[in-house]
Amino acid sequence: MKSRSALLFLAATALAAAAGPPQVLRVGNYGEPQDLDPQVVTGVPEHRILMSLFEGLVTEDPHDLHPIPGLAESWDISPDGLTYTFHLRANLTWSNGDPITAGDFLDSYKRMLTPSFAAEYAYLLYNFVQGAAEYYQGKLTDFSKVGFKAPDTRTLVVTLKSPTPYLLKIIACHYAWDAVPTRVIAKFGSLDQKETRWTRPGNIVSSGPFMLKAWTQNQKIVVERNPYYWDAAGVKLDGIEFYPTEDQPTEERMFRAGELDTTYELPRAKVAVYREKDPTELRIDPWLGIYYYRFNVTRPPVNDKRVRKALALAIDRDSLLRNVTRGGEQPAYAVSYPGDAGYAPTAQLQGGVAEAQRLLAEAGFPGGKGFPRTEVLYNTHEMHRQIAEAIQAMWRKNLGIEVGLVNQEWKVYLDTQHDTHDFQIERAGWIADYPDPNVFLEIWETKNGNNDTLWGNAEYDRLLHAALAAKDDTARYAIYQKMDAILVDECPVMPIFYYTSVYLVSNRVRGWWPTLLDDHPWKYVYLEN
Amino acid sequence: MLRYIGRRLLESIPVMFIIITGTFFMQRFVPGGPFTAEKAVTPEVERNLEAYYHLNDPLWKQYADYLWDLTPKRFHPLALAGGFDLKEAFGIDFRPSFKYPNRTVNEIIAEKLPVSLELGMLSLGVALAVGLPLGILAAVKRNSWIDYVCSSVAMTGICVPTFVLGPLLVLGFAIHLGWFNASGWYGPIDRVLPSVTLGSVYAAYIARLARGGFLEVLGQDYIRTARAKGAGETRVIFRHAMRGGLLPVVSFLGPAVAGILTGSFVIETIFQIPGLGREFVNSAFNRDYTLILGTVILYAGFIIALNLVVDVVQVWMNPKLKFE
Repeated sequence: MKSRSALLFLAATALAAAAGPPQVLRVGNYGEPQDLDPQVVTGVPEHRILMSLFEGLVTEDPHDLHPIPGLAESWDISPDGLTYTFHLRANLTWSNGDPITAGDFLDSYKRMLTPSFAAEYAYLLYNFVQGAAEYYQGKLTDFSKVGFKAPDTRTLVVTLKSPTPYLLKIIACHYAWDAVPTRVIAKFGSLDQKETRWTRPGNIVSSGPFMLKAWTQNQKIVVERNPYYWDAAGVKLDGIEFYPTEDQPTEERMFRAGELDTTYELPRAKVAVYREKDPTELRIDPWLGIYYYRFNVTRPPVNDKRVRKALALAIDRDSLLRNVTRGGEQPAYAVSYPGDAGYAPTAQLQGGVAEAQRLLAEAGFPGGKGFPRTEVLYNTHEMHRQIAEAIQAMWRKNLGIEVGLVNQEWKVYLDTQHDTHDFQIERAGWIADYPDPNVFLEIWETKNGNNDTLWGNAEYDRLLHAALAAKDDTARYAIYQKMDAILVDECPVMPIFYYTSVYLVSNRVRGWWPTLLDDHPWKYVYLEN
Repeated sequence: MLRYIGRRLLESIPVMFIIITGTFFMQRFVPGGPFTAEKAVTPEVERNLEAYYHLNDPLWKQYADYLWDLTPKRFHPLALAGGFDLKEAFGIDFRPSFKYPNRTVNEIIAEKLPVSLELGMLSLGVALAVGLPLGILAAVKRNSWIDYVCSSVAMTGICVPTFVLGPLLVLGFAIHLGWFNASGWYGPIDRVLPSVTLGSVYAAYIARLARGGFLEVLGQDYIRTARAKGAGETRVIFRHAMRGGLLPVVSFLGPAVAGILTGSFVIETIFQIPGLGREFVNSAFNRDYTLILGTVILYAGFIIALNLVVDVVQVWMNPKLKFE
């Protein structure tokens, strides 16, 4: 097995050498990552780097992100949808030559669910896997009773609590299900300690297309090709350099100076310039997220659904997107994202300003008279302020009401949103972790931790659970249509627009396709001069 | 003088204690915590996180535990040689950061402080090298066109913010002329634009203060005596007027150095420099309790030390002042 890896190593190096000067992609990656341990981190910049170092059981197709074989070459799902059997590829190795076995996955999940380790994304395991929640809470101490089994070194069996039609998408798109090299981690400290040095260059061991070469904090992170990766011959880049470019204008200057091949974002003020002068390097891709205003349905006047609907209908989304956000966004008239894994909501907010005025009058505020003091809360940010001011003006013009604007610093605003709920209307956004319509619908369940509208509907909850038991996606999507209809009718949130990713990609980059999660699997990317 | 310095150092201990206590409690009373995020933390995760970081202990106990961690417990100063690890050397444990769990606050400071110090000292150098000659020239050639030009340059430097000057310099010298990188802190050439940007503001202040100081001194009797005795203009400026003329600059330098070190946040963001200024500010936004305390303690220490140095230097320079 070792000689086979050596052969692959030689083949990969030979291929790389034959290709000419080293292909190193320089990526603007927003912020310095918290860490490179898939079981500790929570952010998107971390995700981008981890995509290069680790691979999951299944991974993402580079065109439409559907799950394709990763470290597992195939899998079987039982007819009741509760048992997943993954078959790992033969001869998988970590980048130190150790074999990757099903036992490694078991040990990794045990670490992720260990209460004293306090992993933040553990819920992506314990929401679905039998016994995992009890283990995470310390109620169950025998890990062998949790729904993970490794009957042999190449087979992993996962037993779920209830059918989860989107489980493979989570495994493909999120690092929470990646295996970590627990034997290596154990050399640097206790497995339930977050502050060990196992992720430092020279210590860390990876399973994905690249390995960590260097990490200078707040300067750059360098990864180089991993010859032990099962598909090393298919990896085109020799290395990637990740730059923590937190400041948008600085990142754009770096791109212009030729120091970056791709950026994380682009200042909106520059979109018009690039459209005119450098359109091939400008990317405006649909992004699986929604920008909306959330209502606290226990506070007057937004406790009346007619008022909520009136507010939702009385704004001109097209004008807002054309003149204020200017990022090619699409207006949203429903909470669900049209085109998300083949689902498009048919129920939409309909009516326009006339209908809004009628509803407001019906609620007892004809022409806006007597409308009580109302405020919109947003987190301090130039773009949110501009959008709020535009909406404030539209409501004044179309409904005759005067709404105040309040902004709070990010974490203070989050505290208000999650804990105190001291708001009537607040700006919010939701970005999907995986491409499935469930992502936008599950949060409106009564008392869901991310609901925060204090709205609940028994029928909605019933439908949500029925959808998970649906026999196929067609049946499931039919149920989602009913749920979207309830959301449009009750209007606990006011959808405004669907996000886009606006960023720059150098003309030399190939193998980079627009995807809804803005994920671009690194093994397919290469540079051409 | 030694007694004075010793007394000032002793006085600074209660000051530090108050700063640490004040910061520790104030940061807990601010809404939001290290794990507050857009995707709400589930109650189970929250419980485990609080247990991990002992955030569910009573607040006075967390405070006492933190103070104990900060207290020096041993004395191996030689251990400082490899990476400035205060825990190894003196048993002072600043604990891991909340935001960067696999790095200790000690490590973050040890890695980033030298960068900020380098940036600060280079900027100060630029500020003095540009500001002093401008100010002295303006004072000596008072009310001539030279004075007006120098004073205008100084005024522009004070008025143009660093986040305007920085990008302009990058646009001109890095993107169009290609003489420098647009950002980064890799080689000596990357030091130029950031130091010039940060230094320019302080150069402007130093120029105006030097001008004012020199004008006042040049009108004094002893200067007239020196001139009457036949001293040349250069000798008058450098030998006789310098000490007095620089007094206002020296008093300004204390807070200025502190300002350069902490205010480098903007420069570090514009030029992508891995310095401590950004951590100082971002730690508050991130509610990174341990890093906030670590950086606050560090900067408080600097300011206390710098004020002491400035006071000592002032007494040395101005014979009219004495240590009390």
